[in-house]
Amino acid sequence: MRHLLSISDLSREEVEHLMERADSFAEVGRRDIKKVPTLRGRTVVSLFYESSTRTSASFELAAKRLSADLVSVKAAGSSVDKGESLKDTIATLSSFEPEAIVIRSPYAGAANLVTQWTDAAVVNAGDGKHEHPSQALLDVYTLRSRLGELDGKRIWIVGDVLHSRVARSSAMAFRLMGAEVTLCGPPTLIPRGAAEALGCDVTHDIDGLSEADVVYALRMQKERMAESFVPSLREYAMRYQVNGRRLGPRQLLMHPGPVNRGVELSGEALDGPNSLVNEQVKNGLFVRMAILFELLAGGDRTRPGRLEPDAELPAPTPIGEPA
Amino acid sequence: MLKNARAFDPRTGLDGSHDIVIRDGKIAELASAGSAEVDGAEVIDADGLIAVPAFFDPHVHLRTPGREDKEDIETGSRAAAAGGYCGIIGMANTDPPIDTPAAIESLRERAQADSTVPAGFVATVTRGMRGSELTDMAELRDAGAVGFSDDGLPIQSARVMRRALQYQALAGLQIALHEEDPELSGKGVMHEGGVAALLGMAGVPSVSESTMIARDCALAAYENARIHVQHLSASESVEVVEAAKARGVEVTCEATPHHLTLSDEAVRPLDARFKMNPPLRSEDDRQALIAAVRSGLIDTIATDHAPHTLEDKEVPFEEAAMGVTGLETAFSVLYTDLVVPGILDLPTVVERLSAGALAFGFETPSLAQDAEANVALIDLEAEWEAGAEGWESRSENSCFAGRKLKGRSLMTIVAGQVAFRQRAFAMGVA
Repeated sequence: MRHLLSISDLSREEVEHLMERADSFAEVGRRDIKKVPTLRGRTVVSLFYESSTRTSASFELAAKRLSADLVSVKAAGSSVDKGESLKDTIATLSSFEPEAIVIRSPYAGAANLVTQWTDAAVVNAGDGKHEHPSQALLDVYTLRSRLGELDGKRIWIVGDVLHSRVARSSAMAFRLMGAEVTLCGPPTLIPRGAAEALGCDVTHDIDGLSEADVVYALRMQKERMAESFVPSLREYAMRYQVNGRRLGPRQLLMHPGPVNRGVELSGEALDGPNSLVNEQVKNGLFVRMAILFELLAGGDRTRPGRLEPDAELPAPTPIGEPA
Repeated sequence: MLKNARAFDPRTGLDGSHDIVIRDGKIAELASAGSAEVDGAEVIDADGLIAVPAFFDPHVHLRTPGREDKEDIETGSRAAAAGGYCGIIGMANTDPPIDTPAAIESLRERAQADSTVPAGFVATVTRGMRGSELTDMAELRDAGAVGFSDDGLPIQSARVMRRALQYQALAGLQIALHEEDPELSGKGVMHEGGVAALLGMAGVPSVSESTMIARDCALAAYENARIHVQHLSASESVEVVEAAKARGVEVTCEATPHHLTLSDEAVRPLDARFKMNPPLRSEDDRQALIAAVRSGLIDTIATDHAPHTLEDKEVPFEEAAMGVTGLETAFSVLYTDLVVPGILDLPTVVERLSAGALAFGFETPSLAQDAEANVALIDLEAEWEAGAEGWESRSENSCFAGRKLKGRSLMTIVAGQVAFRQRAFAMGVA
């Protein structure tokens, strides 16, 4: 793996390999001292052009747990505010010779562009409404830890698919791992041609939800009303809210966060025993450690760079003394 | 004199080896190959080359005034000559827009001095392209405008559109329309379809174009006016124009080389060079456009040559400027992707590349005796890489850059004068 830009770049084997790697970091996470020296002396830049809590915190903690040096840049208060172009920002940050750049941008394809301007491995932490591959990988990890293999599992993604990078990446990742995916939402919020493009079923009727093994609800933003995508949040909630009435006892519930409690999810569903929402966040850390590890120290790296392409790195071991 | 050229003019059915004698700006004689004798004239060995009526592009952005960093009359017209064109029409969406007689007069003066090929200029339909008040259309005609267009923007108000069509009875001249309903286009940056669904980008639906064409065809019919629909992109639009023509509406239309050879699949790698308006549409749309060129429904192929700086394109797709250059690659791209594989025949492509003149009331380039000598000399066997030797245009935003192309215009003769010759070819001339 040279970069992590899109789920469509990954094979099932690569995903499985990442999952195994994440397992070993989850094991580290159960220890007293949760930090490993694996990426000591290596630099990770975290560049966020959009507000983000869990993704930026997760990546930054992942880098620190791996002992990498971390430079964290938020768009507000940086030279981005002064009109610096993405190209120049990347050139500037690349002068520090980072091994990885984690980027969140409001524009589709921003991470792909960045690869042209830096030698660092690039991680797409969300590009516009295009993709959010690390989220999809942590979703796969979370489901595998509950269900085992995803082959033949039925996963419903419910809500605003049109504006959701998570829906796109996760639908692709679930399909890659053998699951059957149904996109459910109002016709205004399912993109034209999505069924063929993503290889999913599409329905506007939530009544069939009981067939799902997993229900993945998406965030419904209030702005969508003003743009006539839905008449009102009340009508949306009436027709598409995942709640105790619609969710069966054996169905797992997921959500990428942040949740609009009472809109796409009822409080009871979110707080109920089926909910994997907090588990997703927790697993996100291990999966992102695995992503950084594979990009910077993984065995199949082909990048000509400062790091030796070690064929076999020892399994992560804890540092003797806390830093 | 062009010696031993394959003289090829689809309109007259001319296709044979000839010596083409050009004198006083006109085609003086089409002699049988090897027979013509001329004293003191330049003799160009055109053996193995095809001589066609030079092309005419009714839709070019020369960016003057205001954005000469992207293109000016000199560089834009040189790009046209390099592509085999003997005439271009510059659009009026400059900064400021061309909406006064003084602006038209000034552009015409500049073109006299700087332009390699004859360049005409349209004026805007509405003042400042704001879409609310008509320009002084009759005065603009008197100042030398060759037509009217708010290209770059649609005329959103049906009332203003109708007034412009009524006023055409007085002002004459063609009205060329960029057809798009901004309400439907919204924040769209590419064709609404499967690829947009995959990329998560806001889509411009095909009906954004076709509904406006339908509106304007209805208005044109009602007012007995004539319109020229620019850059058709969608199959729905083809159907609308077909129905309008069948009813006898005076409507002509154009399609671009990029819409005829590329689909929205090309946008997948998120390369901003493939961003333009209207967007590259689906493969079905592309096939509908090709069929409409074949049938003659699409009157002309125009490039919508739209130069942009590197800075405007070296940004994420959604942020990038819309538009691609096209003058220097138009024939080669059509020849490589459509003629060589047998999808369109050579006469159709050659004929449609010069047919834009008629839609704006100019004389169609021809190889007939006594016609003005406007000739493109093309090597159909030449293979070249687009952009490898640089561009005549000041901008490099070609969506065909790096493509291996077949067929290349080696020399362009405009009104009997050599307007352009490829360097490699020039060296081979005695």
